[in-house]
Amino acid sequence: MTTEKQQETVELLLNMGPQHPATHGVFRMVLWIDGERVVDVEPHIGYLHRGSEKLCEGESYAQIVTLFDRLDYIANFNNELVVCRAAEKLMGVEVPERAQYIRVILCELNRIASHLLFYGTYGLDAGAMTPVLYAFRERERIQNLFEAVSGARMMHNFFRIGGVNEDVPPDFGQRVRRIMGELRRGMEECDRLLSFNEIFLSRTRGIGAIDAETAIDYGLTGPNLRACGVPYDVRKDDPYEVYDRLEFDVPVAEHGDCWDRYWLRVQEMYQSLHIVEQCLEQMPEGPVMAQLRRIARPPKGEVFVHCENPRGDLGVYLVSDGGPKPYRVKVRPPSFCSLMPLKHLMRGCYVADCVVILGSIDIVLGEVDR
Amino acid sequence: MLATLKGLVTTLAWAFRKPVTAQYPKQHLPIQPRYMGFPALLWDDTAGEPFCTGCMVCVRECPTQCMKAEMKDNPLQQEGKSHRRKIIERFEINWNRCILCGICVEVCNFDAIEMSHVHELGGYARAGSRVTLQELLKYGREFQERSGWKPSNPEKNVAGVALAKEKEKRQPAAAASRSEPASSNPSPGKES
Ligand code: SF4
Ligand code: SF4
Repeated sequence: MTTEKQQETVELLLNMGPQHPATHGVFRMVLWIDGERVVDVEPHIGYLHRGSEKLCEGESYAQIVTLFDRLDYIANFNNELVVCRAAEKLMGVEVPERAQYIRVILCELNRIASHLLFYGTYGLDAGAMTPVLYAFRERERIQNLFEAVSGARMMHNFFRIGGVNEDVPPDFGQRVRRIMGELRRGMEECDRLLSFNEIFLSRTRGIGAIDAETAIDYGLTGPNLRACGVPYDVRKDDPYEVYDRLEFDVPVAEHGDCWDRYWLRVQEMYQSLHIVEQCLEQMPEGPVMAQLRRIARPPKGEVFVHCENPRGDLGVYLVSDGGPKPYRVKVRPPSFCSLMPLKHLMRGCYVADCVVILGSIDIVLGEVDR
Repeated sequence: MLATLKGLVTTLAWAFRKPVTAQYPKQHLPIQPRYMGFPALLWDDTAGEPFCTGCMVCVRECPTQCMKAEMKDNPLQQEGKSHRRKIIERFEINWNRCILCGICVEVCNFDAIEMSHVHELGGYARAGSRVTLQELLKYGREFQERSGWKPSNPEKNVAGVALAKEKEKRQPAAAASRSEPASSNPSPGKES
């Protein structure tokens, strides 16, 4: 009798994370599994909570840029841009054109750096060890350029309310052009290495699919939404900075599975290179900072600004009471919303695919937890 | 199968190329001229004193509150060697807390602080990264010598230049000299 009871099949509760290399940060999933199948999943977030939104209320506008650097710490420039734009919109500041071009160039390069990191770590998630080395080699070129421009490889604190901190070094254009050539070759190499590899394809094709309607319901944005076939891109649909003067495509895929999400990001990198090329050609001479008072004091009011982050639609809702510090800052993080359909994606999949699915939605925990 | 072979060829090709990695502690990669290391204080050679007047603007604007500063009356000003009425007496930066944002450099009105190229902070004492005025000036000097740093506003901040200008002014009209010294400027950080 007793042996029979022991052999009864029960659901197994499995803890994944918070310290797990495949969760890209400190993120915990509680999985209920039945054999090899996932029955249910429960995400636990908050391990990286630093209270950024609350901290913003105690800092001046110049200082909150440093806090935004630390939200999505892989795409710092994109984060800085959105908070600077929020304050500028509230103050009605016109940013000099050269500064706008510099911002767009840096943001697009940062998008490539972020997608390269995704490419590398996604290879790792799917079991390919080599791509990450290639991706980091390419990313290093961009990081070096950032160091030459802003003085820091990450956490640049380079964008200011009303422009950028400093003009780019004189050899900037030349350097970017050289890097772009190298990047293009490097990315093609990366493609050969992983994109159509049979093992990789069988690990990712048809896994974790989500259809467009559900994706919209869950609030997905960015590459995750475009992978389902919805061509929503803030750069096109609500152009900011100089994006309306630039010509670029918004790649879309159709199945919304892991491979589509991966492939979309690879294509976006090429589009970003295309954008940077045009910016370099169009960039005018001139000042890089608007004439402003040294301490930014936006008038009383509230504003919502959103930009296209590498991970999706990053929004900032800023309320000012007219003082030197914001009254309230609310961030709409794309990673957090990407995490929402986790149950939908993972129910019924194999345990091994959990890692592949989580990797494919490309979250950054600094932004999820804030 | 074909794609897998392609990938294999790609990796194999790298077996015959030079590695792109640097063996860090043995081999240091060059840092860029704009690199922002830890902040250090600069030295005014024309007066033989630091640029810093201890005005506390940087202390107030630092997002992590990692600095402390105290000012005193400047003895060199009384001797007529400097135009700074106040001078820094004690200064401390907790480099462990510093996030290398560069805000202190941006708000300083006296060209007194700069992001040096110091970035390797290994040490054995927990409080070892609390650097005092002497050390900050030492790092600042090293930075000045190595990078050829130039003050952005020498007329106002370099003692030699400012004193000469003051003298020039005093000769034609002695009364004009009172409003000139720059040391007690209204600081823009006051509002916060
Ligand atoms: S703002 Fe400049 S002068 Fe004032 S205390 Fe700081 S370093 Fe010294
Ligand atoms: S760099 Fe930033 S954190 Fe560091 S001392 Fe200066 S203001 Fe403070």
